[in-house]
Amino acid sequence: MSNYTDKIREISERLLKEGRVDMVIGFKQGTMPMMNEPCFVKKPEDVSKLVWDSHCGINLANYLTDRKEKIGVIAKGCDSRNIVTHIIENKIKREQLVIIGVPCKGMIDRRKIASMSDAEILSVAEQNGKVIVKTKDAEKRYERTDLLQKNCALCVHRNPVIYDELAADLVEEQKNVDRYADIREIEAMPPDEKWHLFDDLFSACIRCYACRNACPLCYCPTCFVDESRPQWVGKSTDPIDTKTFHFLRAYHCAGRCTDCGACERACPVGINMRLLTRKLEKDCFESFGWEAGLSLDQRPPLDVYKTNDPEDFIK
Amino acid sequence: MGIEPDRLHFSWISSAESTKFVEVVTGVTEAVRALGPHQKFVKTNVKVA
Repeated sequence: MSNYTDKIREISERLLKEGRVDMVIGFKQGTMPMMNEPCFVKKPEDVSKLVWDSHCGINLANYLTDRKEKIGVIAKGCDSRNIVTHIIENKIKREQLVIIGVPCKGMIDRRKIASMSDAEILSVAEQNGKVIVKTKDAEKRYERTDLLQKNCALCVHRNPVIYDELAADLVEEQKNVDRYADIREIEAMPPDEKWHLFDDLFSACIRCYACRNACPLCYCPTCFVDESRPQWVGKSTDPIDTKTFHFLRAYHCAGRCTDCGACERACPVGINMRLLTRKLEKDCFESFGWEAGLSLDQRPPLDVYKTNDPEDFIK
Repeated sequence: MGIEPDRLHFSWISSAESTKFVEVVTGVTEAVRALGPHQKFVKTNVKVA
């Protein structure tokens, strides 16, 4: 996937030179291995900063909210679905965007790599489906497919759903993926067990809100957790406050979440809050046949009323 | 999320359906009484200085 870099630079340079965009949003090399940073390129001579590899997991749709400029944005499958959601929700106009689609084979989970060695990781490179991890004294090779982020391993929309330019040929989508095995397990639990599961799941949460900040869906000018009049939810790390925050945040993403994994990736303590968003994703699919961000022409299920909406729960 | 299904009820009741209203409220009350007081979503760690 790293050979996409040249193509991305070429397209970005052309767009900037022709004046079709005021800036290109992409990734640049981070200061540490596996930590690429978002990068805003405004001059054609700066496109050499742009890179692409398996550590570009941040969702760039997050940087489009309420922008007024013409923007070239680099989009993986999930990013493109979030861009669609942004357009549907009037957070940006389609005409402002030149979407540089990047067919994606999944991003690498930096925590998996970090957990495999005690020594500091000096570099991570890729060659023919293998990931080469270098530390001070050792060089180890792993299968790329074993190291994917959890959401990428389950991904069924690797190709961008809308794009104006493509950085590479479309890739084959994963088929027969069972996205919800773990969710079904939780659904089958009795209430007490579920309660304890979530107790454990969120016990490490420090309420830093990195999940919210990394999420392209969380763009409210004032988030409900920051409101103080009225204060909807306590600000402490009391388990009840923490759970309230996570449950409510997940509900705000219902029918919108594309499972890009930005929340889990950003979490400093590695909480799998995607269990909540994926449950809602599953419900939306089962109740309304809806998958978020696939089309500009369809309104999301939560803002349309249909006479055949399921209502078995109403007595 | 760990709340007993019987604690939560949804119903459409028209302002003209007083009998249905009584039935539903009685039903809800009985169902919730059977479950007992709700112990979850109650802050037990709160300390007041």
